Amino acid sequence: MSTVTSAVRLPQKGSALVFLQRYGVYLAIALLLLFNLFFTPNFMTIDNFRVQFIQVVPVLIVALGMALVIGTEGIDLSVGAVMALSAAVIPLYIGYGPLPAAILAVLAGCLIGLANGTMIALIGVQPIVATLSLMVAGRGIALLVADEQLKSVIDPGFLALGRGTIAGVPYSVLLALVLVGLVAVLVNRTTFGKQLVSIGGSRRAAELAGLPVKRVLITIYILAAALASIAGIIQTARLSASVPSTVGNLIELSAITAVVIGGTPLSGGQVKVLGTVAGALLLQLIAASLIKHNVPDAYSQITQAVIILLAVYLQRGKAVLK
Amino acid sequence: MTEQLSTAAPAPVLEARGVGKTFTGVTALQGVDFTLRAGESLALMGENGAGKSTLIKVLTGVYQPDEGELFLHGEPASFAKPVDAQHAGISTIYQEVNLVPLMTVAQNIFLGREPRNRFGLIDFRKMQEDARALLATYDIHVDVRRPLRSLALGMQQMVALARAVSIDARVVIMDEPTSSLEAREVETLFRVIGMLRSQGIAIVYVSHRMDEIFTICETVTVLRDGKVVHNGRLADLSRVELVALMLGRSVEKVKRGGVTAFGEVKEGEGEPVLTARDMSRKHQISGIGLDIRPGEVVGLGGLLGSGRSETLKAMAGVMQLDEGSLTVDGKRVRSGSVAAAIKAGVVMLPEDRKAEGIIPNLSIRDNIVLAALPRLSRAGFTSRAKQDAIVDVFMKRLRIKAASPNQVVSELSGGNQQKVMIARWLAMNPKVLLLDEPTRGIDVGAKAEVQALINELADEGLAIVLVSSELEEVVEGSARVVVLRDGSVERELRGSEVTEHHLMAALVGENHSPAEESPAEIKERL
Amino acid sequence: MSLALEPSVGPATTKQVTRERIAGNVQRYGAAIVLGLLLVVGSFAFPTFPTLSNFTNIATQSSFLLIVAVGMTFVILTGGIDLSVGSVYALGGILAAYGSTWGIAGAVLLPLLVCGVVGILQGLLIAYGGMAPFIVTLAGLLGIRGLVFALTNEGANTPLIKDAAVTALGQGGILGLRWPVVIAVVVVVIGSVLLARGRGSQTVLAVGGSESAAVLMGLPVARVKFSVYVVSGLCAGLAGALNAAYSSSGVPTVGVGLELSAIAAVVIGGTLLTGGRGNLIGTTAGVLLLTVIQNLINQVGSLTSSVQAVVSGIFLAVVVIIQTVLSRTQRL
Repeated sequence: MSTVTSAVRLPQKGSALVFLQRYGVYLAIALLLLFNLFFTPNFMTIDNFRVQFIQVVPVLIVALGMALVIGTEGIDLSVGAVMALSAAVIPLYIGYGPLPAAILAVLAGCLIGLANGTMIALIGVQPIVATLSLMVAGRGIALLVADEQLKSVIDPGFLALGRGTIAGVPYSVLLALVLVGLVAVLVNRTTFGKQLVSIGGSRRAAELAGLPVKRVLITIYILAAALASIAGIIQTARLSASVPSTVGNLIELSAITAVVIGGTPLSGGQVKVLGTVAGALLLQLIAASLIKHNVPDAYSQITQAVIILLAVYLQRGKAVLK
Repeated sequence: MTEQLSTAAPAPVLEARGVGKTFTGVTALQGVDFTLRAGESLALMGENGAGKSTLIKVLTGVYQPDEGELFLHGEPASFAKPVDAQHAGISTIYQEVNLVPLMTVAQNIFLGREPRNRFGLIDFRKMQEDARALLATYDIHVDVRRPLRSLALGMQQMVALARAVSIDARVVIMDEPTSSLEAREVETLFRVIGMLRSQGIAIVYVSHRMDEIFTICETVTVLRDGKVVHNGRLADLSRVELVALMLGRSVEKVKRGGVTAFGEVKEGEGEPVLTARDMSRKHQISGIGLDIRPGEVVGLGGLLGSGRSETLKAMAGVMQLDEGSLTVDGKRVRSGSVAAAIKAGVVMLPEDRKAEGIIPNLSIRDNIVLAALPRLSRAGFTSRAKQDAIVDVFMKRLRIKAASPNQVVSELSGGNQQKVMIARWLAMNPKVLLLDEPTRGIDVGAKAEVQALINELADEGLAIVLVSSELEEVVEGSARVVVLRDGSVERELRGSEVTEHHLMAALVGENHSPAEESPAEIKERL
Repeated sequence: MSLALEPSVGPATTKQVTRERIAGNVQRYGAAIVLGLLLVVGSFAFPTFPTLSNFTNIATQSSFLLIVAVGMTFVILTGGIDLSVGSVYALGGILAAYGSTWGIAGAVLLPLLVCGVVGILQGLLIAYGGMAPFIVTLAGLLGIRGLVFALTNEGANTPLIKDAAVTALGQGGILGLRWPVVIAVVVVVIGSVLLARGRGSQTVLAVGGSESAAVLMGLPVARVKFSVYVVSGLCAGLAGALNAAYSSSGVPTVGVGLELSAIAAVVIGGTLLTGGRGNLIGTTAGVLLLTVIQNLINQVGSLTSSVQAVVSGIFLAVVVIIQTVLSRTQRL
């Protein structure tokens, strides 16, 4: 009865604002491509797009997991540390072959996810601090596992992940597409997906509806960690080296940005998979466009900041609705 | 300002003339006239959706009227935001205590106007003394250094009231202030209201509880469909007349049909489907036993704090029991697990529909199938066809009014949201349906539909437990009523005993026949 | 909400009150107690630990983070968060170096002015624009770091401080304490007085405790939310300037991840991340704890910064777990 928020004017259906909220990312991508078509030589080429896609893959995969976490009204700051840990594990087991090494790397990353999920779901620690503590500790563990050294990885089967292509499409891009598909199915077509957004929408109501809230939450954080681990493996394959000190640094910020620009509200209850993909692509295209025009990296970072603010400002009305 | 001596009545403190308010085409208020005089206590009555909340929000500066004017002490006034109204002397007490739980009593009372010493720093000692003195004037004694949340809810509401009037309030608006208070606390509140009125402070009192209205209000303004349908002294109206005004029905019809839409009710037969024995949890309930049979509606009577909601929560697995057992169809149900209760066929419609019931951002379809989803899926993959079949059945059967099953549930009216909740549980084929305030906060029409639905479900063999703070609803809807008091069963009313009269006697703990006392007297003590 | 409150049918019993008080005190002074224990254990374990020079060292190392953490405490008390402090810290350092050509006034005022403006912009967007603090300051983190790199030719320039008075501000001192330490103490004292008894302090706590209640009570919610981000910007800028003076240069890459250390220190210090309760003594203990842990690990010699990261991270996890469990006890 005493809701203060109801006094805020909500955007009318069909208004320009609603359109921007829903399709802003895609519109921005289209405009950016159009701009590059006319003003950037050699931008609209297959080669350039291949490069852009390869570069966006790690952020995109991490952002997929982040979108799931944000859908439950959580946040995961530890994804960069998870990437570092999986990268650190690779050289230890690469002797057993690329696949066993990759599986062990993912499992190691999942342990961090399990720790996150346990603290958040069972003990009730706030996601931001829980994952912050594992962000700090996780990177340290990764460095200890790697003996604080950069190790080169030369297994040809493993490196193919970074360089190989099928019909001109790089393996890593294909893998990312498969993961996007899997996550999209998970969110839209499974019981688990519905339970996830229900928890984000109203955790209390989800509990009273008899949903396995704790189990779902723990699983989500493990999934986010698994996806981050895969990103760490791909990055290692691309660099032909395991660099636990720097891999995935600040990637949590790019991933959160991609998710938010893509239209998933930080307040949870929704997951926009396609939007997240678009968000990651938009960030990549902006950076690429600026680089092609010899704009220093510093300015591209500032541009990114402005775009985040703009995207979130446009979405404000939606948060109020909830 | 010109002062005029008036012998008839004190000068109006607050007036509204021709106030109208429209929200995106929906008229919430239309030509509302309203007068409040110093020292007056005015009941603002109306069903949900009649415009009470909107009027209050206009008076307190949350909304600005589209037409018409407000007058304060005879002068035109307009409030751009709530603070302006507060500065003008209009304070509001809300249904939920709107204070800061982590801060102390004294801090809460003086928030925003803390006493300072000569260095401009807050003088906590003076603040505590002032707070103590202020509360003492209303005969409230509490350690003002304690954090607010360590106080009982009633006491917190008292602190809110003390704060409100200490800001030189001339008008105090109370929006359902007693909805979470115990009987004893209500008494204290009424005493304080009396003191305020003797100081010339005017009170606007909003409540659904007739007893309270008739106890402490002098005049009444009745709203219906955004218009004022009656203005006058409360003493000139009977309860039935007042209800008739609010509902817009004739007095005879209200008398004949009662205020609810329940039909014939009968006790269930055969073996109980649910048996609870000795359910206990420290400080909340102790030794509660219940037998619920298929096809019957059992009312669970009791005042707030009597343990009625806790009893439901225990049966629904929301609250872990210290002792006692719950069996459904002879099988023991694990305590403290919602999933186990649902599996056994016991489901609950929670009291706070908005916070605990619906998932606001999801569609009607998703909300209905939420609990049943694993059953409508194969290997974790959802099947749209199976969902649509179920959703279609229940939307038709419960007459859920919506554009389509894809509509977001938060856009629905309260009544339709409640039906969505009922559909969610019916999709689970439950054996026992626990209803906690199923008609709270929904409009008259939907209320009748929900009540009729409860009847229908019981006729089909569902066992139902009904909790409601509206006595009529419990009495007219239930075949028998188990009355709780202080966390245990006080007595059980059956057959002809199921009347408001007997129920009220049991609520206050009258074990002997209440014949020698008139209901009015009992009501007064409530 | 209603559910958490409902079980308290009657007034709390004495037993509950006592338990609550103990839980509250552990939350408030836990960091200080652990700090004391660590100092004692460290002193017995390592003869090189309890020396005057080591302690002054710890104090100096803590001072920069402490000043940042004071601003962060104010922000977190309102239920907000400021992720931009690391970048603002770097910006403060660069500007101090550029400003030092105008002497000490330029070295201090230029960073304060610009970082104050950063705080004002973020505060406006959060308090009056209704945007989430997490997002606005995340954009701040990226954007301000970008600005720092733009100012330093992509980080290739490291402006040096040649003015002797300015370097003295970082390296000189009084009574064996370096100026940054003295200034940090002054900031903590002023902050503590303001927080305990200053105008607006109660609104800070009220906003964090229950923003909707604060709005309905007519408190200046937006103004207070705005102010804390300005304070945080100023604190981060000041700390950055002092650090630049201490190291005689404005390093563009400094302060990466500083926001996380500051948040960790504040939380370890017993301030609820949800806002509404906390104090600067706790924050000070939290900062010192992080520095002492680092120092003790360095004492071992064979251990590296990775071990330190692991220990700090696990320590933070343990603290928040204890806090969460404790505040659950208090919610009786």
